[in-house]
Amino acid sequence: MSAIKGGEFLIKETEAKDIFIPEEWDEEQLMIAQTCNDFLEQEVFPNLERIDSMEEGLMPSLLEKAGALGMLSVSIPEEYGGFEKDFVTGMLVTEITGAGHSFAVAFSAHSGIGTLPILYYGNKAQKDKYIPKLATAEWKASYCLTEPGSGSDANSGKTKATLTEDGKHYLITGQKMWITNGGFADIYTVFAKIGNDENLSAFIVERGYEGISFGAEEKKMGIKGSSTVQVFFNDCKVPIENLLSEQGKGFKIALNILNIGRIKLAGACLGGCKKGIDLSVNYANERSQFGRPISKYGAIRHKIAEQAIQVFVLESSLYRCTRDIGNAIKALEAGGMDHVNALLKGVEQFATEAAILKVLGSEVTDYVMDEGVQIYGGMGYSAEAPMDRAYRDARINRIFEGTNEINRMLIVDMLLKKAMKGELDLMGPAMKVAEELVSIPDFSEPGDALFDKEKKYVQNFKKSVLMVAGSAAQKLMMTLSKEQEILTNIADMAIWTYAAESVLLRVEKLAILKGEENVKEQVAMVQTYIYDVADKINKAGKDALNSFAEGDELRMQLMGIKRFTKVQAFNPKTARQTIAVKVIDENKYCY
Amino acid sequence: MKILVCISKAPDTTSKILFTDENTKFNETGVQFIVNPYDEWYALVRGLELKEQMGGTVTVIAVGGAENDPIIRKALAIGADDAIRIDAEALDAFAVAQEISNYVSDKSYDLILCGKETISYNGAQVPGLIAEFMDIAFASQAIKLEINGTIATIECDVQGGTEVLEANLPIVLSVAKGMAEQRIPNMRGIMAARTKKLEVMPGSGATNNCEVVGYSLPAAKSGCKYIDPDNAEELISLLRNEAKAI
Ligand SMILES: Cc1cc2nc3c(=O)[nH]c(=O)nc-3n(C[C@H](O)[C@H](O)[C@H](O)COP(=O)(O)OP(=O)(O)OC[C@H]3O[C@@H](n4cnc5c(N)ncnc54)[C@H](O)[C@@H]3O)c2cc1C
Repeated sequence: MSAIKGGEFLIKETEAKDIFIPEEWDEEQLMIAQTCNDFLEQEVFPNLERIDSMEEGLMPSLLEKAGALGMLSVSIPEEYGGFEKDFVTGMLVTEITGAGHSFAVAFSAHSGIGTLPILYYGNKAQKDKYIPKLATAEWKASYCLTEPGSGSDANSGKTKATLTEDGKHYLITGQKMWITNGGFADIYTVFAKIGNDENLSAFIVERGYEGISFGAEEKKMGIKGSSTVQVFFNDCKVPIENLLSEQGKGFKIALNILNIGRIKLAGACLGGCKKGIDLSVNYANERSQFGRPISKYGAIRHKIAEQAIQVFVLESSLYRCTRDIGNAIKALEAGGMDHVNALLKGVEQFATEAAILKVLGSEVTDYVMDEGVQIYGGMGYSAEAPMDRAYRDARINRIFEGTNEINRMLIVDMLLKKAMKGELDLMGPAMKVAEELVSIPDFSEPGDALFDKEKKYVQNFKKSVLMVAGSAAQKLMMTLSKEQEILTNIADMAIWTYAAESVLLRVEKLAILKGEENVKEQVAMVQTYIYDVADKINKAGKDALNSFAEGDELRMQLMGIKRFTKVQAFNPKTARQTIAVKVIDENKYCY
Repeated sequence: MKILVCISKAPDTTSKILFTDENTKFNETGVQFIVNPYDEWYALVRGLELKEQMGGTVTVIAVGGAENDPIIRKALAIGADDAIRIDAEALDAFAVAQEISNYVSDKSYDLILCGKETISYNGAQVPGLIAEFMDIAFASQAIKLEINGTIATIECDVQGGTEVLEANLPIVLSVAKGMAEQRIPNMRGIMAARTKKLEVMPGSGATNNCEVVGYSLPAAKSGCKYIDPDNAEELISLLRNEAKAI
């Protein structure tokens, strides 16, 4: 079994056999997925209008119904009424429910940021009291971090907690904003600073406590059925036993919960995307213009193919990382760590990849829904047809769980921090790439076996990232963290590299499993994606280098970028046709 | 109450239908199978409801190879207590009904529930044949079922209305929409399905008495024809001569 660690994808090779691919779901996992799907078909899809009009009591009752099926407690330990399934199975549930529009947001806010702080940081008494009821949604949960003046800069909140004189309560005062499920939740995890603390602490606050009140529902662009309110605390009286973990640990809690939330967001995005493609291709097959279904036209096929490629790439990356995290958790447990700490540590190790997936997932979703609207033409702009809602609902994903800007900065920041701490040897390999630049280029031709070439290209993409990141770090040193344009370029290069390698490994494994001749569309997806991102990596690399390097060094590195992103001529039109035709034939996303 | 529910696999409704062996066999490769919805949503769920009301057991039975096990375990996940698979090829309705009745004849089930038909072959023969082979009462297209002691009161769909029947148990029913509502298996059920008993029995050597000579697909849909609103004559002529609808 591979023991790849977080961030190591840039400096280590992964073998195809060591990654998890969705073609390996077992019967039980598929049955769980079917249950989630049936739930959406029965309870959510027929009621989207009612949900979006915020019909009183509807969303809470849907959460309760999902709770009764066990959908909210898949990953909760058995002792608290859950099913203790592993990390990938939990992700599958997130994926399927992710197609549920506003319901998906309420679902993941409840079972993710709502429940997890207590599950992972609560003491036994707190867990005994809250988790079984959260597992069934008898109590609904929400998470109060953001404030009017404190969004991306989450540690800057002004909400205060003061210990009462008798030492039995904290009085919390402050204002929280954008609180998902806030309108109906019973339990709020509230972040506030005790006294004059610099760091946040976290508290479990019940709806019934004195001094808590709520603003009106926000009027939003999308996910209109998801409750989002301001929550006001005015000397809200919270028993001291409701402090979560320890004083000053709140920011750590918030960050770790966000790490999980980010990769989960990518999972939910994936579910939404698959539905988006289904809708797009159904319409393209139904709608005729100039005497033929529009799915016969190259321009439309290009869109369908590109939707499929991007979603397949996202899925490959998501489940590769999800299983890597699962393996890390198991390894830590085998080393004697308890489950909760192993889980938090495992996820933290892959925080870079989680941020990569957050960005990738939300941006693929926007691409898919945007082109979906385009395929629908005028009907795409009609509120009577489904793409309107899909398009509006998708947009939030680039904003919450850390904006994509913040996540891009984090990708590079976390990689460099790991390198500084000696956890990840980026500098060694980066130096090697620098040496390679001044030596005679490697003219050896890759072999002709499946993906021999593509593997070499991906290795070269890694070299591009190492070269640009290494040289930027050397040149700019401490100021690099402020050079956001450059960081963004490097982050993009890392995202495309991770995604390209993931899809390559998946199809390599799949070809062994099913035979190369049975996966020719998937092979075409790998080739098209790599061909595409080679140019994008080239451009981002050039932009970065031109922004900080000069003279001979710049010239040499520009040559390096050119060399490392060079790929053979390839016919993308034919490849996309092959990919699209299968989706069109099957009239659904079928990869 | 000892209740037996007969289940069959059926291709998912989005499956592509293709044939092999010179169009005499349905090509199952790549097809996603589900529990036939009439069996699952109505027969099985009503069986479970009756068990919940009156106590007893619900056993599911299927005839066919190991490829049926996933749909059998789905039925167990929904709530059946145990399952039997008769390991014989489902040659035709006659053979399937024979296999089931041969197995069941000495097991004294009070109630045998079947879906009214599969959504794939729409044969609607198995339940009637089982009743015939076992020489017990049969009602078809049942949409309501109540049990009082040893008497079953059954409401059936008949053309333009309903018919109410009473019969002594044991009885075989073919059930239709209205009998119950789909139950989504919950996590607990799904996890329990793995440990419930699924007994595989050899077939009793039933034979078919029909052979498939060929399958064909309906002609591909042709495009729409637009007719001028003033031109009723052409419309009538097309409906009569081309579509043969009037
Ligand atoms: C529908 C909805 C639901 C939400 N649910 C919850 C919830 O349940 N609980 C909760 O606590 N919060 C929730 N949020 C809040 C959400 O997490 C924040 O909106 C988000 O973190 C961004 O913060 P902000 O809105 O203050 O934007 P700002 O931080 O003001 O950002 C504005 C812009 O500036 C950019 N920016 C900010 N700082 C930097 C920087 N240092 N470098 C570069 N660019 C920067 C951002 O990327 C963004 O483009 C929700 C928000 C919405 C809209």
